Amino acid sequence: MTPLVELVDVYKSFEGVPVLQGVTLALPKGETHVVMGGSGSGKTVMLRLTAGLIRPDSGEIRLFGTNIERMAEELLLPLRRRLGYVFQGAALFDSLSVYENVAYPLREHRKLPEAEIRRRVVHYLSLVGLGEEVLPMLPADLSGGMRKRVGIARALVGEPEVLLFDEPTAGLDPTNAKLVAELIAELRTGVCDTALVVTHDLELAKTIADRVSILIRGRFAVSGPLAAVLDSASAEVQAFLAGELRTS
Amino acid sequence: MWYGDLGLLTAKVARNLALPPAYWRLVVREMEVMGVRSLGVALTAAAFTGMVFALQSAINMARFGAENYVGPLVTMAIFRELGPVLTAILVGGKVASGITAELGSMKVTEQIDALRTLGVNYIKRLVVPRLLAAVIVFPLLTVLADVFGVLGGMLTMFLERGTDLYAYWNVTAYWVVPRDFLTGIAKSVCFGAIVTLIGCANGLRTEGGTEGLGRATTATVVQVAMAVIVSDFFLTKLFLMIFW
Repeated sequence: MTPLVELVDVYKSFEGVPVLQGVTLALPKGETHVVMGGSGSGKTVMLRLTAGLIRPDSGEIRLFGTNIERMAEELLLPLRRRLGYVFQGAALFDSLSVYENVAYPLREHRKLPEAEIRRRVVHYLSLVGLGEEVLPMLPADLSGGMRKRVGIARALVGEPEVLLFDEPTAGLDPTNAKLVAELIAELRTGVCDTALVVTHDLELAKTIADRVSILIRGRFAVSGPLAAVLDSASAEVQAFLAGELRTS
Repeated sequence: MWYGDLGLLTAKVARNLALPPAYWRLVVREMEVMGVRSLGVALTAAAFTGMVFALQSAINMARFGAENYVGPLVTMAIFRELGPVLTAILVGGKVASGITAELGSMKVTEQIDALRTLGVNYIKRLVVPRLLAAVIVFPLLTVLADVFGVLGGMLTMFLERGTDLYAYWNVTAYWVVPRDFLTGIAKSVCFGAIVTLIGCANGLRTEGGTEGLGRATTATVVQVAMAVIVSDFFLTKLFLMIFW
């Protein structure tokens, strides 16, 4: 079966500094793939490449079987609608209420009556554990954890086939980080069963991952089921897992 | 680098103009933001420019016995240059810096990337409505600025020099022709597009957090003023070649 997301030998550098050096990854339907790495290892760059937000220097990126690495922005839009992207800082529209933020994809792409939009917004907010009391609030009035949840609800409301998470637990206290991790795990049962998650949080990986890759100096040092990664013989991987790897 | 970004943005806007969806509601909102909220600045500047220009002209032209021609001189200057250029610099600086601040803030907080990941054409959503609004609003503001400038000049001549208003108007109407007015309006359409594209290009290329945002906004004000003044020369040359 064709993977929903595929990166083949992808290279990316910024102003001559290599960030990704030959990354290859395949995400089949039904799998949650967690990419781990330290700060500046290129995790977010990989996720942005996957969504077509930036272009690789070389290599191939396929979304739903279609090569996107040289595709024009306008042609990418229908493919992106099949993705849900959750940003590290949530990237909520700060002048819109929570309700308008979550309703945004529905208003843009579907002609639905207002009652149906409201029903869906309330439904997806309840899935991420938020009640109707947050609907009129502005993003600035929310805590970091709530913002992240609203970001997840906004990504879900378009009923995506793949979810891309950028550091979903970063900046959250342990309780909220655990709640978000459990939420991502729950989403697999019925809402969206395929996800690519980049994180430095090993506890999150343990909760949600089918497969883990560790990105060190722009390359995957190891890739496989979590148990195999934890038992990796690579000194670099063990140093990363122990929090002792210096990459910069 | 900057010219390249501006050129690329212009090409993208041209390509996206005809694509659906049409955000007409946003165009109307932008017209309100750009037009209604800039009326005070544009009209005050135009009225006082007309007044001071009439005063200076009257005193100096009287030395040559040509005070009768102050009306046509003031009106032509306002129609052809002062109306469109002053409006574009004053309103353009305000509008474009506002656009840069808004888009730049969206850029540094990843809101533009969020739009893109939601499958929204950000050029169509953020740039095209502003451009369409500007090419409608700038000529309208210029028409009003022209009216206020001419009336300011006329009032000054009446109050300060005791000029007969009927004679003033008659001489003006004899010498000033429709193309004097229309070339100014055509310029204002171009200025509206230039101003908006500079504001949007600087907003979309903002980097470096709030500090970068401040730099981009300041750069926009300067670039708008320079672009209007420089492009005014070339537009004037073009219109003189076409109509003279």
